[in-house]
Amino acid sequence: MDRKEDSAHIVVQYRAYAIVWIILLALTWLTVTISGVRIGGVTIFFPLLIASVKATMVLSFFMHLKYEKGLFKLIILIMLVIFLVLICLVFSDVGYR
Amino acid sequence: MDNTLPSGSVHGASFYEERGHYRGILSWILSTDHKRIGILYLCSVLTLFGAGVLLGFLMRLELITRGPTIMGPQTYNEIFTLHGVIMLFLFLIPATPGVFGNFFLPILIGAKDVAFPRLNLLSWWVYMAGAVLAITSLFTGNGPPDTGWTFYVPYSLRTGTNVPLAVFSIFVLGFSSILTGINFVTTVHRLRAPGMGWLRMPLFVWTLYATSWLQILATPVIGVTFLLVIAERVFGIGIFDPAKGGDPLLYQHLFWIYSHPAVYIMILPGMGIISEIIPVFSRKVIFGYKAVAYSSIGIASVGSLVWGHHMFVSGYSYTAGVLFSFFTFLVAIPSAIKVYNWVATLYKGSIRVDTPFLFALAFLVQFSIGGLSGLILGALSLNVFLHDTYFVPAHFHYIKFGGGGFAFFAGLHYWFPKMFGKLYNKKIANYALLISFIGFNTLYFPMFLLGLEGMPRRYYDYLPRFQPLQVVSIVGSWILVLGLILMFGNLIRALFKGEKASANPWGGATLEWQTPSPPPAENFEKIPVIEHGPYKYR
Amino acid sequence: MNETARMTAEKHRDYTGSKIGMWLFLSTEVFLFVGPFLLYAVYRYRYPTDFHNAAAGLNLVLGILNTVILLTSSLTMALSIASVKKGNKKLSMLFLMLTILFGIVFLANKYVEWGAKIEHGIYPNSAALLKHSNGEIIFYGLYFFATGLHGLHILAGVILLSVMAVLIAKGKIDPSDFIKLENSGLYWHLVDIVWIYLFPLFYLIR
Repeated sequence: MDRKEDSAHIVVQYRAYAIVWIILLALTWLTVTISGVRIGGVTIFFPLLIASVKATMVLSFFMHLKYEKGLFKLIILIMLVIFLVLICLVFSDVGYR
Repeated sequence: MDNTLPSGSVHGASFYEERGHYRGILSWILSTDHKRIGILYLCSVLTLFGAGVLLGFLMRLELITRGPTIMGPQTYNEIFTLHGVIMLFLFLIPATPGVFGNFFLPILIGAKDVAFPRLNLLSWWVYMAGAVLAITSLFTGNGPPDTGWTFYVPYSLRTGTNVPLAVFSIFVLGFSSILTGINFVTTVHRLRAPGMGWLRMPLFVWTLYATSWLQILATPVIGVTFLLVIAERVFGIGIFDPAKGGDPLLYQHLFWIYSHPAVYIMILPGMGIISEIIPVFSRKVIFGYKAVAYSSIGIASVGSLVWGHHMFVSGYSYTAGVLFSFFTFLVAIPSAIKVYNWVATLYKGSIRVDTPFLFALAFLVQFSIGGLSGLILGALSLNVFLHDTYFVPAHFHYIKFGGGGFAFFAGLHYWFPKMFGKLYNKKIANYALLISFIGFNTLYFPMFLLGLEGMPRRYYDYLPRFQPLQVVSIVGSWILVLGLILMFGNLIRALFKGEKASANPWGGATLEWQTPSPPPAENFEKIPVIEHGPYKYR
Repeated sequence: MNETARMTAEKHRDYTGSKIGMWLFLSTEVFLFVGPFLLYAVYRYRYPTDFHNAAAGLNLVLGILNTVILLTSSLTMALSIASVKKGNKKLSMLFLMLTILFGIVFLANKYVEWGAKIEHGIYPNSAALLKHSNGEIIFYGLYFFATGLHGLHILAGVILLSVMAVLIAKGKIDPSDFIKLENSGLYWHLVDIVWIYLFPLFYLIR
């Protein structure tokens, strides 16, 4: 009885990995180049956005999240939500002190 | 449901007689059997509980007269710090998941063991390592920490006492807690018996599941916070040091981001035990199974958003104060859902007044007092008046000891026949409960009154007008200790001289009662197939 | 197939179970770094100019170099797992060795970077650093703490991957059972992700 309902049997081609890697390097170049750009007076917007794109690519392809069941995606979602909530609550103090 | 299963001796060997790779003590401390690990945890946490009780007893005794009675102020500060550290990190947090979670979680979901048995053993070893480090911190450096269990900066950065080793020991204990959490979540997801859907799980399993998520997600935050404290003390990185531009309030934020959910780590599994006991002794299906099950998740989620109510008078922003006060009131809802559902379960049940049931009633009374006094503290304006008075320790002792601790005792009396295959003397147990209940309330209720009159917590000395109530409270501590000695004496006696317990002495319907007492090494002769919910009464 | 046998089989080799356990562990790792990130957010909000000035003192070239090294090591890690699945033991070993090598080069780089800072008297509690403004002291406090904690994770990863290399050599990791290598890979990628955020937060404040 085969219960491998998950990513165990998925073999991503070497070439696909290489393409992801090249995109990651390109994004690194991009983030260094445009790191001074201001959005609404702050410079942190683009670096964080690009870092998140990169992190998503590592998660989806290198860590196979793309092929996993819902539970794994749920774990990521929970972490993200909690982190945002923590930031908001801490800034409800720091931002209004 | 048939209540006449044969006991362990008839049907093959119990897990105590199981022959593993090792003999003697090694067969325990190297065993990966979840039941043996549960018993290991039981012995360890009860030893440390005894130490914690002794420290609390001495601390109270010191206050019987004004000025020095049996110790100096520095020793007093060290003792209340140790009492807190031991009771919270070494007893309450690991107790219920470590003992009953390990022993009963796999049995309750019809599994042979947890998902990662070796990791499970490791978690006990890491717990022991943490305990040894904590004890080492008392005798090395410049003496035990005197900061209170909260280790607030900047004092914990300045005091000469052995703070770095003490916080490192808690960091290590966190690992143990995380390993248990990972193990339980995976076990619940992967090892439920065929037919056991999520809504057929016993409620104790639900609470353990919610607790495990808290252990996984919250513990690392305090881990890194304590690493920062160590880095601060060793290298002086300045992050919490006001002299270098650091903000001590951020320490409080990070500390309570873990430590408030930790309160729910202590109480949630206890609520699970009560949810097991009440239907069995009312011979009735629990009222509102889904509400009780989901409220565990509710408590775990909303409970993670209320940490700021420890900081109302710290000088943080008013906006934050209002938000945190709101969330504090919100978390009362899922807790109240549980209490109402337990009471509703009793209504029109065929109540059998037996020892575990009486423990559950004591829990209900004390937990309700604790919970309601928590709402008083959660109100911003009242908190300014009550903050850091005796009202606060009174409140949290009602929750943690009157709730969590008594739920642990309830579980011990409920599952004792299953764990050890012996019956204890119920009459003595009932008296022990009565004495402990009276002692507990005599000890902590006067603290509410002292707090309202303005007695500050953690003070070594007090004004003459506080003395009468202090003495009442101290006498309460003596009664409580008497009750506890009687309770554990009775259980220890039962280990050696108790009658043999049948497989199902209480007429329970969950899976642990369908296997011999004590259970065989593999838990079940044959993995059960589940066809209905956990509480199959009317 | 009867249920008992299924349960036993699952207990002994529960591929999904092991992976759930690993992802849960990874989430604790994420929350370990949440603390420093939270502090970073607050202090950058409070001391924007100081952070800007202090960040200019970091060596951007070394930062970029380390980013490239870690991204590449993630590639070789993924390739190593893919080769194991395809049954190519030699190739898998080669890629794993490359990953370990990149990890060590990253640490060496870090050593050079920290060494240069310390040589200039910039380290926590140093007399030279304490002359700077509060925000800069905090920036360097966070920098040393966060990159130090991250460095420890790289070190742990290098050790873990070395153990995996031994297991591959002994034939304990093969196309039928590679969960250990896959979980180690997950850990390695996560440490990479942490760096993906640390890099712009510390080196790219313009």
